[in-house]
Amino acid sequence: MNLRMAWRKSLNIVMLSLTGVCALFTVSVLFFILGYLLWYGGKSLNWAFFTNLPAPVGETGGGMANAIVGSGKLMLLASLVGIPIGVLGGVYLAEFGGQTFSFLVRYTTDLLNGVPSIVMGIFAYTIIVLPMKHFSALAGGAALGVMMIPIAVRTTEESLRGVPLVLREGALALGTSKWRTVATVVMPAAIRGIVTGVMLTIARVAGETAPLLFTALSNKFWSSGWNQPIASLPVMIYTYAVGPYDDWHRQAWAAGLVLLGFVLLANVGARMMVSRGMAGGR
Amino acid sequence: MADTPITAARTRPSGRVGQFIHRLRGGDEVAHLITLMCAASIIAVTVMLVYQLYINSSLPRHKFGFEFFLGRTWDPVSGDFGALPFIYGTLVSSALALLLAVPLGVGAAVFLSELAPPRISTATTFVIELLAAVPSVIYGLLGIFVLIPILRKPVMPFLKHTLGFLPLFKGPIYGVSMLAAGVVLAIMIVPFIISVSREVLLAVPVEQREAALGLGATKWESTWQIVVPFARVGIFASIFLALARALGETMAVTMVIGNDPKISASLFAPGYSIAAVIANEFTEATGDLYLQALIELGLVLFLLTILINGLARLVIIATTQKGAARG
Repeated sequence: MNLRMAWRKSLNIVMLSLTGVCALFTVSVLFFILGYLLWYGGKSLNWAFFTNLPAPVGETGGGMANAIVGSGKLMLLASLVGIPIGVLGGVYLAEFGGQTFSFLVRYTTDLLNGVPSIVMGIFAYTIIVLPMKHFSALAGGAALGVMMIPIAVRTTEESLRGVPLVLREGALALGTSKWRTVATVVMPAAIRGIVTGVMLTIARVAGETAPLLFTALSNKFWSSGWNQPIASLPVMIYTYAVGPYDDWHRQAWAAGLVLLGFVLLANVGARMMVSRGMAGGR
Repeated sequence: MADTPITAARTRPSGRVGQFIHRLRGGDEVAHLITLMCAASIIAVTVMLVYQLYINSSLPRHKFGFEFFLGRTWDPVSGDFGALPFIYGTLVSSALALLLAVPLGVGAAVFLSELAPPRISTATTFVIELLAAVPSVIYGLLGIFVLIPILRKPVMPFLKHTLGFLPLFKGPIYGVSMLAAGVVLAIMIVPFIISVSREVLLAVPVEQREAALGLGATKWESTWQIVVPFARVGIFASIFLALARALGETMAVTMVIGNDPKISASLFAPGYSIAAVIANEFTEATGDLYLQALIELGLVLFLLTILINGLARLVIIATTQKGAARG
């Protein structure tokens, strides 16, 4: 009896500490990634990285100025496609939607969220690159834009639903029309949540590589127009990392640090905004 | 005289068009219409996506039919396309990832929901969710320059030494391998398992734990025999979601799997996955058949992830309804 009790107690301690080890391991992975990128990326990061074009093959030095600007342009295009559709779609679901159609929209949104990013690249290729016979920034932006929609819809709908019904009723009772109520009362009350969602979805697509490989392609120089191939940070990291030159690898680390820094800052910023919003609201 | 403005206000424009314009002037209909169009365009885009994938893969579908999935040769030069090595690589690397990630993820979720003080649990979950936001190309970068050297030097020779009698751990060691892909994928999907499982575990009623502890169970017994089984459906859902992500993951896998379309029993051998072959060969695909074979692979990948996602979604809907009925 005593032996059995001792066995159960030791099993208890061993298994519980194992779960702790699991949690500790997972958390340490993030710090490991951060530390590694800070160390290696930081060593190779310099001012030229932000201001120079990539050096020709065989020469050392150079930077990724065109890729940084390119990523920015792609984000802009993607936001133009994804944010209006996403946010207004979310407004529809929360404020105007009925039963069946809303269910269909929600279901499709979930479906779209699960589509592998490489498949999104094929989609943009077939509808934009094939007809235009041209790899272009437009195609890349469209692929990323479609990827932004699901998260934008979901977060917008959720934050609008979080707005108390009383606010709507108050506005309507004062004779405000429905759209004015939504636009001037409900949306401002939920703006924190909506902006958070938008930031999260921008951060998500900022690191996407796969949909850009055969839509925006890449470019060693400044892109000369919206319908021309354009460089982006994630694709540059990929090309440089699998390339054979040590100097390329160094550049890839630096670019990785810049990209990860942007993505993590956007994430932390968005989440802090949400938690502060909650604290203020209560 | 006094009632003139009232009648003026009451006069409705006659005719269908007039009424429509009158309602538009209020703005409600316009707002409704605009948002409806945005919502409908989400459906339109998804339908178009499926349609494009289907229509643009007609050549290989007609030429190879079902053989496409069973063929083992991938020879663009002679125009012979078989997808089996890629499907095999995708399934095996994802299965390997689950094998590593499920114990780790469920273990960590149990710790965060049952043992950790709320503040530590929240902070840790925050960090783990950040881990989910790290771009996949960065996982690939670390995979190439950190994970593969580690696997090549101490890990793989050790496995070969101790478990070398299994066909899984035979053969030459390259570094880039199915095993490397599985490990990278495992690290990438753990955050999803943890954050969903933790929430499911936290939703288990306290009474369940109290009853078990009151009967003399140890903390571990109450957790493992009562709380985890209670939450098992939700945990399964989190695993399905993670699996769907692993199947569709492109960059990190492409960078470490070795890109060799061979079916090999050994985990040390390089392989290839559906997403990786699309990423590598799409821009250099010459000829319609080659391109469309790649698009058909994309269609297969799409259907696979949709199937898994749909299952997970069903499980979640079923459990939340059960939960609602109980509450």
